[in-house]
Amino acid sequence: MSGKSDALHRYALAVISHLLLVVAWHLFVTLGKVPKFVMPSPYETVHALLVPNYRWLDNMAVTASEIFGGYALAVTVGVGLAMLFSWFRWLEMWLMPLLVSLNMIPKVALGPLVIVWFSYGIGPNILIAFSICFFPIVLTTARGLSEVEPDLLDLVRTLRGSRWQIFTKIQLPGALPYIFSGMKVAAVLAVAGAIVGEFLGSEKGLGYLMLQVQVTLDTAAMFMAVILITMIGVVLYGLVLGLERLLVVRDARIS
Amino acid sequence: MTEPFIRLDGVSKTYRTRGKEFLAVSEASFDVAPGELVALVGPSGCGKTTLLKALAGLHGHDGGTLRIGSPEHPFDPARDIGMVFQQPLLLKWRRILDNVLLPAEILGLPMTESRGRARDLLALVGLTGFEDKYPYELSGGMQQRAAIARALIHDPKLVLMDEPFGALDALTRDKMNLELLRIWAQSRKTIVFVTHGITEAVFLGTRVIVLTAGPARMADNIVIDLPHPRSFDLRTHERFGDYTRRIYRLLGIE
Ligand SMILES: Nc1ncnc2c1ncn2[C@@H]1O[C@H](COP(=O)(O)OP(=O)(O)OP(=O)(O)O)[C@@H](O)[C@H]1O
Ligand SMILES: [Mg+2]
Repeated sequence: MSGKSDALHRYALAVISHLLLVVAWHLFVTLGKVPKFVMPSPYETVHALLVPNYRWLDNMAVTASEIFGGYALAVTVGVGLAMLFSWFRWLEMWLMPLLVSLNMIPKVALGPLVIVWFSYGIGPNILIAFSICFFPIVLTTARGLSEVEPDLLDLVRTLRGSRWQIFTKIQLPGALPYIFSGMKVAAVLAVAGAIVGEFLGSEKGLGYLMLQVQVTLDTAAMFMAVILITMIGVVLYGLVLGLERLLVVRDARIS
Repeated sequence: MTEPFIRLDGVSKTYRTRGKEFLAVSEASFDVAPGELVALVGPSGCGKTTLLKALAGLHGHDGGTLRIGSPEHPFDPARDIGMVFQQPLLLKWRRILDNVLLPAEILGLPMTESRGRARDLLALVGLTGFEDKYPYELSGGMQQRAAIARALIHDPKLVLMDEPFGALDALTRDKMNLELLRIWAQSRKTIVFVTHGITEAVFLGTRVIVLTAGPARMADNIVIDLPHPRSFDLRTHERFGDYTRRIYRLLGIE
């Protein structure tokens, strides 16, 4: 089997495609003589990191904690609620239709309300990130927990297996691939949620910084902020993928 | 004569869904002796699975009596049933050995002992060397063998099989038939085997119970008087042809 060299090959291609994008960006800006305030070159973008006023590290830490905080909260509450649903059918029958309707609310539209209720800061932004990425996690987890082969249940029942045994040995491990597919979707949404929160009202964070430098037309700093936000998202997504590799057998993974 | 291991006397089963009643099994009566391999054959939807589930104690029945076990062969419904279905239904996230161990875990049997037993059973079904593989690394036939090993791990007295080879190709199916006979001879279990296949039923069964379509009514109860151990030469045996013709006729296929 060429599994290892195959993986290396894919990895190399991934790195090269990213580098090529940077090169294309550079060529576009220099050959096209694009003004810096419209689109800075890669070099100018990195150079923006040297402006101490922008407090990159502080702002990045704030945005990262909003993203990770909202995400962790959504995973905990989402998976927990879905488990309660699978244990108490009546709870699911009461709440699930409600959740499906609430899911249709454009969560971004709740931002101004959250700010009215909780003022601004890291906490409210965590709430916005949470509200936006919570739904896919509940929905996929609930789905996963309910997808059990009836014949398999019969098999456990002939052995007088307990409900707890069904849950721990069959339902939960069977639901893991679903949970991860929801967590992957949610990772992308959490980043968007936190930034929307910062746009709507905040005094720290990379989203806040973007609004500040917009006024002075420091496009290079805006580019840098977007890149850093993306990198936080990539790290989060990578952690989720790594955890999935650890916990879910290859054949069972859902992308 | 020894006392039967299973005795069904006038067993009926009616499904009730949304106020509607549906009679799925009507007046089934037959005995199964300990150590027999009885084949239940009949058209699709005639109530074979329903009857098997009643034997497994998964749902009650409405009329008649159903008794499993005898003073000589006591039967504990909580741990003396092994089940095999049309699909292997292995847990994707467990290695083969751990899949086989599932019933032992549920029953809380001692694990080191069960582990050894699981290895022996995997050897019995011809899966030595596959203990640490995941189900997706096995072919359909191999997965079904693992499912058979899983059904035997807790040493049940009764094994219920619902079209276990129905999803396999004809060649694999023939091979699995021989394997099953070998496993049956070695493990000396009582097996109730549901199938659509008339030749399969005659080839495997010490007895064939023929059910006719809805509600399942017993059309016949045929003792298959063919020598053991069986091989495929048997299919050309004159009596083999007699048995299959008789069943085809009962089911209205001629
Ligand atoms: N849970 C149920 N509720 C209502 N009706 C049912 C239920 N299960 C089965 N039936 C009906 O009972 C009849 C017998 O079903 P059963 O599954 O026992 O047939 P079968 O002989 O096993 O068929 P097959 O060979 O296709 O597996 C069918 O008509 C089916 O529609
Ligand atoms: Mg059936």
